[in-house]
Amino acid sequence: MKNYVIEYCLRLADTSLILGQRLGEWCGHGPILEEDIALTNISLDSIGQARGFYTYAAELEGKEKTEDDYAYLRDEREFRNLLIVEQPNVDFAQTIMRQFLVSTFQFYFFDALKNSSDQTLAALAAKSLKEVTYHLRHSSAWVIRLGDGTEESKRKIESSIDELWPYTGDMFDMDETELVLAEKSIAVDSKKLKPLWEKKVQEIFSEATLNVPQNIFMMSGSREGKHTENLGFILAEMQSLHRAHPGVQW
Amino acid sequence: MILDDINIEAVKALLSEIPDPEIPVITIADLGILREVKEHDGKIIVTITPTYSGCPAMKAIENEIGSVLKENSIDDFEVKYTYAPAWTTDWMNDSAKEKLRAYGIAPPEKSTSDKNVLMPHQKMRNCPRCGSGNTEMISAFGSTACKALYRCKNCGEPFDYFKCH
Repeated sequence: MKNYVIEYCLRLADTSLILGQRLGEWCGHGPILEEDIALTNISLDSIGQARGFYTYAAELEGKEKTEDDYAYLRDEREFRNLLIVEQPNVDFAQTIMRQFLVSTFQFYFFDALKNSSDQTLAALAAKSLKEVTYHLRHSSAWVIRLGDGTEESKRKIESSIDELWPYTGDMFDMDETELVLAEKSIAVDSKKLKPLWEKKVQEIFSEATLNVPQNIFMMSGSREGKHTENLGFILAEMQSLHRAHPGVQW
Repeated sequence: MILDDINIEAVKALLSEIPDPEIPVITIADLGILREVKEHDGKIIVTITPTYSGCPAMKAIENEIGSVLKENSIDDFEVKYTYAPAWTTDWMNDSAKEKLRAYGIAPPEKSTSDKNVLMPHQKMRNCPRCGSGNTEMISAFGSTACKALYRCKNCGEPFDYFKCH
């Protein structure tokens, strides 16, 4: 059971870390100063959430593991982040759409996980939920503004939906690890979150005058560490310093 | 002050004086970051909680706790993190809020958890400079994770608002 919980922690941590790393790419490049600050603030929250889950995994695993071992010394196939978070920023519209789709999922996810029978997971979820609520509010407002905005903003946000939609199914997949943990009320049954997620997305899309895609082929694989080509590049950038200078600190 | 015998209340008082690295007019006790100070077998155990998960000031706070303890000849200590209960601005007392206001930061309002996720329901924040309620939000995210950026339409000053959390 302990190994299942460790694996579960790594999935949650990886998703938050990779999302944080992606958002961090905006640092100094935001379209306006306020959004530069917003995206990097969200990045910081995500990395903070990741640290909480990694630290708990390290504690369970023992053997003097630390959060850095997981973040810096694992390869692509060992990462278990959701496929959608590794998708590239492209432009502000696509970054916002990715954030909205993920924040909506995380909002319902952490809301459920805060009732986990595992006290540490419940505490980390309750903490994360407060932050994600704010992220959701921010990205929802932007989706509406861009969708119901100019011709150009609408074209860009529509194309981001086409790009990202195939990766949304992966969020709700369940495998044996999660089923076993959900049975014990440790993990969330993500499949059950899908109607809630769809309802919220529909609500915001309607206001944004955007259409929800229908019958799209869904990619899957995050739970087995099967990623898109993007993750390797992210890890190369994120891990190179630590790998070149093991244990380096400042 | 050198402590001969470990007096836990005195240690607590010392640590309560540590200013927040980002907002030095209030202390880590005012903010509710300092959760517990206790002694176990001669070892001082200090428990702190982050305001936001990724708050970069936590390491600085941890270091500062360490140096205050060492300055007072306490070498056997441990700084622990806790996440439950999740930090809330409701823990901030009125005197801390007044210090924030005097420093130019609009303090958080009472009672957190604004469950209205759908749209940012803009509430009036009073300008910490002139007190006017005629203000507008410039950015939902500010100079630190815990603040948002506002502008007073009366006196023209931009100001930070300490977000309810």
